[in-house]
This record gives sequence, C-alpha cells and structure tokens, in this order.
Amino acid sequence: MAKISVKVDGVTYSDDVEARMLLVHYLRESLGKVGTVVGCDTSNCGACTVHLDGRSVKSCNMLAVQADGHEVTTIEGLADGDTLHPVQQAFHDCHALQCGYCTPGMIMQATSFLKDNPTPTEHEVRVGMEGNLCRCTGYHNIVRAVLAAAGEGGGSQ
Amino acid sequence: MTAVAERTALEIGAPRKRKEDQRLITGRTRWTDNIQLPGMLHLAMVRSPFAHANVTAIDTEAAKQAEGVVAVITGADIAATQGACANAWPVTTDQKTPAHLPMVVDHVACTGEIVAAIVARTAALARDAAELVDVTYEELPAVLDAKEAVDDTVLAHPDLGTNTTAVWTLDSAGQGTGGHVDDAIAEARVDGIVIERDYRQQRLIPAFMEPRSTVVDPTGEQITIWSSTQVPHILRFLIAATTGIPESKVRVIAPDVGGGFGGKLQTTPEEFITLAAARQVRKPVKYTETRSESLVSAHHGRDQYQHLTLAATKDGTVTGLKVELIANLGAYVALVGGGVPVLGAWMFNSIYKFGSYRFTTRNVLTNTPWVDAYRGAGRPEATYAIERLMDELAVAVGVDPLAIREQNWITHEEFPFTTVAGMTYDSGNYEAATARAKEIFGYDALRVEQKRRRDDLDPVQLGIGISTFTEMCGLAPSRVLGSLNYGAGGWENAAIRMLPTGKVEVITGTSPHGQGHETAWSQIVADRLGIPFEDIEVLHGDTAVSSRGLDTYGSRSLVVGGEAVVRAADKVVEKAKVVAAHLLEASEADLEFVGGRFGVKGTDKGVGIAEIATAAFTSHNWPEGVEPSIDAEATYDPVNFSFPHGTHLCAMEVDTETGATTMRKYVCVDDIGQIINPLIVEGQVHGGLVQGIAQALWEEAVFDDNGTLVTGSFVDYTLPTSADTINYESEHTTSPSTTNTLGTKGVGEAGTIASTPAVVNAVVDAVRHLGINDIRMPLSPERVWRAIRDAGSAATGDTP
Ligand code: FES
Ligand code: FES
Repeated sequence: MAKISVKVDGVTYSDDVEARMLLVHYLRESLGKVGTVVGCDTSNCGACTVHLDGRSVKSCNMLAVQADGHEVTTIEGLADGDTLHPVQQAFHDCHALQCGYCTPGMIMQATSFLKDNPTPTEHEVRVGMEGNLCRCTGYHNIVRAVLAAAGEGGGSQ
Repeated sequence: MTAVAERTALEIGAPRKRKEDQRLITGRTRWTDNIQLPGMLHLAMVRSPFAHANVTAIDTEAAKQAEGVVAVITGADIAATQGACANAWPVTTDQKTPAHLPMVVDHVACTGEIVAAIVARTAALARDAAELVDVTYEELPAVLDAKEAVDDTVLAHPDLGTNTTAVWTLDSAGQGTGGHVDDAIAEARVDGIVIERDYRQQRLIPAFMEPRSTVVDPTGEQITIWSSTQVPHILRFLIAATTGIPESKVRVIAPDVGGGFGGKLQTTPEEFITLAAARQVRKPVKYTETRSESLVSAHHGRDQYQHLTLAATKDGTVTGLKVELIANLGAYVALVGGGVPVLGAWMFNSIYKFGSYRFTTRNVLTNTPWVDAYRGAGRPEATYAIERLMDELAVAVGVDPLAIREQNWITHEEFPFTTVAGMTYDSGNYEAATARAKEIFGYDALRVEQKRRRDDLDPVQLGIGISTFTEMCGLAPSRVLGSLNYGAGGWENAAIRMLPTGKVEVITGTSPHGQGHETAWSQIVADRLGIPFEDIEVLHGDTAVSSRGLDTYGSRSLVVGGEAVVRAADKVVEKAKVVAAHLLEASEADLEFVGGRFGVKGTDKGVGIAEIATAAFTSHNWPEGVEPSIDAEATYDPVNFSFPHGTHLCAMEVDTETGATTMRKYVCVDDIGQIINPLIVEGQVHGGLVQGIAQALWEEAVFDDNGTLVTGSFVDYTLPTSADTINYESEHTTSPSTTNTLGTKGVGEAGTIASTPAVVNAVVDAVRHLGINDIRMPLSPERVWRAIRDAGSAATGDTP
C-alpha cells in the first residue's frame, strides 16, 4: 500500500492504494468517478482519457501512485456547474455520440487537443483524435463537433 | 392552443438533439460495470488456451487458498444448475446442435471457453487466483476453416459425427417463384454470359466499445440481473427456460449499454455463470470482461465462403443466380447463428428481377469462437456478392456498371413487386436514389478523370465503386418466423402511461444501446398526443418496467417498436375521446383531436388530453361504466418486412506501386422511408458506413494454426480511427413503406450492408485494366500490391 494525495475534479483525496492499482481503477472504484470508463487492456481505445495537470492522459496507462501530488480532471469535473464546456455542448449539438461509451474520453481528448491547437484543420482534428476509438459514429460528427467547438473558442477554456 | 398544434406537428422529421446526451456527455452514466452493491463479490474466468481439448483434471486447491477468494467453481460443480446457451433458430428440423454449456464440463470446443471461475473480494484478486487454477488438457486435433470442416476429416465435436449442422435451400423452382436456375445457367453457357466467382466473407468481430458486464443480485425475492445486453427480454426468458428458475423470479435490466451491433444479441456463458456464482455464494456478484476476453469470447460475425454462378443474356439481362455458401458457425450454433446465413437467402437477388434462383447454405461447426449476428447479419454478405457480380457482368458486356444495374432493377412503377426469392417489396425508387447519388458524386467527371489517369499511366489510379443495395428490415412477421422454425415471434410491445400531472411515460419493449429511442419515441408520441416533447419520458430495458418486448436488432426498433408506440398512443386518444365527450357534454362524433386537444367542431369548446389524464386521477367526474384510466398498451405484429434501399458511390485512389488505397469520396443516397429524426439517421448511416468500409479495408479476425486468435487485442484487431476515415455525403430520397402507419423502413444496418461492396468495387475498378477482377478482403496494401504484381505475370479475368 502506498499513500497518495490527489486532487480530482477540484477535491483533494488522500488514500492508501495498492501499488499496482491503475489510475482509472482508483477513479472508478475508490472515488466512484464512474464517468471515466475502460474500453481495452492495451491502451488503444482512449475511453479512459482524463486530464492530468491539464493535459490528456490515458488513465489505464498510469498507476494511481503516479498521480500523487497531481491534479486530475475527469469528464465529471469538466462542466462549470450547469454550464457545459463548449466541447460538451458541441458534442450534443453535432450528434457526436450514440452509445456514449467513448464520449468521456473523446471529450477529454478534444479539450486537451484544442488547448494545444485552438484553430485546427479537419485533418489535424482527425490526427489529434486518432488515439480514441469510437465504434458507433464513424467519427464524422465527432470531427464536426471538435471543429465546431474550436469555432466556439473550445480551445481557450 | 394553435401554437402548440403547430409546434407538435413538426416533431416527426425534426432534427431534435437527443435527450440521451445530457447524461452521457457529463459522465452521469449507468454502465453495468458502475454498479456497486453491498457485499458484492467479483468473478474472474479461467479460459481454455486450446481450440479443441478434453479437460481431464482441474486442480483448484491453490486458487482456493489465495487471498480474498470466496469460491472456485468448475463445470462439474454447476453442471445441473447452470442453464444453457440456447439456439433459438434451428434452421432445419434435423439440424445438429451441440449442447452448449456455459462452463464446460470435460470438452473444450474453442479457444476462450470457460473451464472454471473464481469468486473473490475484488476483481484483481479474482484474476490473481484464476492464474492459480491448474487445468490438465488433453489436446485434440482442431478444425478451424469452414471448407476444411466440410469433409469431416477432423470433427469439431467428435460425438456429433459430422461438422455439418444443417443444409438449407431456397429454390425458386421448388417454391414457385421462378424457374430452374440450372436451366438458365446451361442456356447462358451456350448463348450468353456466365460469371462464376468465389468470394470470401472474412470473419469479423463486432467490437462494441463497452466490454460486456453482468451483475447478479440474488438477495431479493426476484433475482436481479443487470447486463450489458441488447436483449433483456430474451435473456430473461432463456434463463427461465434453461435453468428452471421461474420467469417471475427473474428481473433483467439492461442499463446504459455501450453499443452492440448484434454482438450483444446473445445469451452468454458469462451471464449464466455469473448467475450460477451469485446463487452459490448468495451474494451479489459482478463480472466484467477485459477487451482481450471480449474479442475471443463474444461472438464473431460473417465468415462465409460464397460460390456464385450468375447467368445472363449476351446483352446483360440477368436470367439466373445460383448461390452456394459454406458458413462457419464456430464451435456452437449460437442464438440465431444458423439463421444468419439463411437471412441472406432473400437478399442475393437484391433489387434485380430475374427468372431463376437457388440458394444453399451448408452451415458447419469448427473449433473457433461461435459466430452470430453482426450488423446486417446475412444481408451484407448477400449484397456484397450480388453487387460485385453486377460489376463483373458490366465488364463482360462492356457497359457502365450503373447501366447494367438499371437494365436489371425493378422500376418504380413495378411496386409492389414479388421477387424471385419470394419477398414482396412494397415500395422503392431505385432510379431516383441513383440519379441523385450520381449528381452529388459528380459521377461523369470522375469517370473522365479515371480515364485520364489510365491514359497518363498515372501510378495512382482512380476507381469508382457502386452499390445499389436493398435490405429486409423490421424483423419480423411472426408467422414468417414460425414458418422458418424460429423459436420466437417478431412482434413488439409499447405502453403509454398518462400521468396525472400531464406528463407521459412511454414504455417500449425495444432495448436501445445508442440508437436514440428516447428521443425518437418522444417525437412520435409528441405528434400523436400533442404533448410537448419535453414532457415525455421513454422507459426501456427493464423487464419489471417493460414486461413484454423482443428487444433491439435487425433494424426492427422503429419499424416494429415505433409502430407499437403509435398504436398505443392511438388507443390513448380513443379512450380519452369517450371522456372528452362526457366532460364537454358533446357527442363523440362532434369531436376532433388536434394538437393534444379535443374540440367540439364549430365551437371553441374543448379539453386537453393532459387535463383528461388529471381527471382520471381524481375520477370525480367520469363517464358511467368507463374504467378510470386512459393508459393504453399495444402489441404490434408486422405484416411484412420493410425494404430500405439506396445507391452508394465510392471513389478510391490506389497507389499501384505500394498497394495503398485512399478513399477520396463517398456519397450515399438512402431511401429509408419516412424519417423521424434526420440527425439520428445521419449518425446511424455514418457509423454503419465505417463498419462496412472496415470490412472492405481493415478488419479480419485471424487465427494461427492452433486456433489461437492472433487478433486478440486492439493492437492487432484494428478498428478504424478518425485518421483512417473521411467525411461522408449522405442524402435521402423517400418512398414511404406502405405497411406501417409512419411509413418507416429502418436504417440501423443500411450503411454497413451497402458500403463494403462499394469500396471493393472501387478498388477493383481502379486496377481492373491491369488484369485484376478480385482481391480478397480486407484489401490491405499488401494484398492489393500482391494482386498487382501477380497480374503482371499472368493475366486473369473474364474480360473478352
Ligand atoms: S481503457 Fe483503452 S486506452 Fe485506456
Ligand atoms: S458513441 Fe458508441 S463508441 Fe462512440
């Protein structure tokens, strides 16, 4: 067991965790942050994407102990109260989700991507979102949503 | 009131943003794996690494001693109580159906089968202990390939004596819908064109994004089962039927379900074993599969060999088609596994009219994971074959592939049209969809560019692929299913509860997992009842709430389930009308129902349907002898299938030096009848397209010689990414279905069915001048490059 202190969605938690526990399991099982999900066991799908100190990471690809002293934002902490983040709003407006399983990861990846590149081309969006798999949408509307959010200043938030 | 009437009249056909989204984009989701219950334990499976083996011993001692372990379960322990994975569709009365126990007792028939399970305090501890179970296997020779299975040299199930489970035939001469295909072929051999081809439908993996998960709580009066399934009602029924637990003691809930595509149209070993484990330890138990487990153990799709013989006159009029399939069902006949190839029987003739047809499928067992429905189920395979053949015929005749299709298709004046396979297509307009698609695509200009590149010997060649497809949706009229020996009906159920506050609950027996039923059903009811969209709540996926239902698959939800909703709503209006007449002191004949309000014709007197719902609550002023409720329920059995169709055009660039293919443009014009929500329809089309394109270009489940799945993780089973795909141009023409009130036809599978042949036709078209007339799917750069290289040394093809 190791002691960690992590700020998640604005709240600081201090916990004893097994050294081998993945960050995604810490979020889901210890903190009940079940908005973040697991889609694979090879770090290919991106369903588990969260922000660590403001940058996207695959939370299945990191141990909980590595998050010690850092700040994590999940899909549950992205909106400002009842006001959706522009990327969340764009996903809704553009019908960029169907089953919604990939959606938390997609939105977290898109917000991080837009921070680096606030005015991307379609091609840049497609490459920037490549690490997140979706089986439902064919990506067409996801790409549209990310571009729409960029137009709405999604990258600056 | 007028304002309401106008607004609600617009719901059907409006691009309503989805009600479902709010939770899903903020992470307030209810996936099965999220569920935590007091005292809940976790399950891990021990799976066979061998494709075919006898289990001679299982040593569970070390696992039992491991930290946190509560129980270790073997097949022998639960043999009598575990139930069985049922086959609901024995396609012939003499079908050979191997018993499919959720946990094997002594015989493993494919890699990944479950031989033991661990119940432990955490999932991690359960997995640790699973490693400690020592299973002794006696390996047996395995048969993996469907063609090799045919001669029975190696048997997948030695006790069955054969690998062939069923041979199913549809013959137009036998059933009186056409002539003898062998005559047509013989005639064409003398004085016409015969195209003979072998196509391979490679094995695919549905790969829904949410891994399957099941939680069983055995502590209540009813056992509650949450499962990531498309079919909660079917699961409940089959648990009762195979375990002996009374159906009334089982409640199944499908909470948020993260995609299915047919892959969750199954009653799974994992569900039965989780149930058995929970009953044994008398505590809630959860099982969630890893992705690697999912890829090997959730059922696969496709996997057919197709031998096709098309007969035509010299000028390209098709006279007959003979289809001989070998379908690999895997190790067991899955829920509808044997029926999937059979579903293709009515679709190989597609939109074309010709005189004779015979379809035969030989369904064989192998030592590979079981195969069952995957988006389109039987119809993509059929569409692929006929659309590839039409291109070959065009080449043989020397005309444009669109012209050959037009020469053979059913014209719009000819509907309703009974096909050579015996289906009656109610409506369609292939000319209109094709004309529109050609226009958006810029067909003629691309043909000019293609010619220019050929003339210039451009290393990057351009190909144009066509797919003018149809499909049968809205599964299905119960009596048709009965005649096919299917074990259930095809009806759907809906109920409408008019709440006293004027809000409405719609209960549907369909079970969505991404399709947006909550939004679309609300739109239908909003129009039908004149109740605001926002005031309608759609409930589904819980057998305690929707007691009757047949769930979601086969593009049936809107066409069958939506129609049930319409009928329930109409019953509500009928019941409310009696009360309105009473309240307004008018005769029913003088009432009209517009925009949610019963008005007395020629006056401004009226009462809203929501007010009547409130009146039912108090029942103080209610007509004599009438029950104090305007709630209603309807069960609808469709009279026919529906037949969406469309024209898809695809332009592919092929680098003839590297074999790399690039999609340049994809246009589809689909006729899916009346559209309820165009936003949702577009989404279904895009997602479907990419799954079909993925079959053409990228995906294939590959086994090594021992039957181990080589593509056993997302590293090797490569789903398309955003960087692999392009934007799609999608439009619609509309010929409403004539067999349901809304005129809808279904769209869930259209894109997948249509796109695979469009892409392959385009790639073949790009390199045909090099002497290539086929490349096996998926068309990897390596395969394309090899085809080009081999064509260089030996010219092939039927081109004169
Ligand atoms: S769960 Fe798939 S990348 Fe993390
Ligand atoms: S919306 Fe279902 S996986 Fe992306």
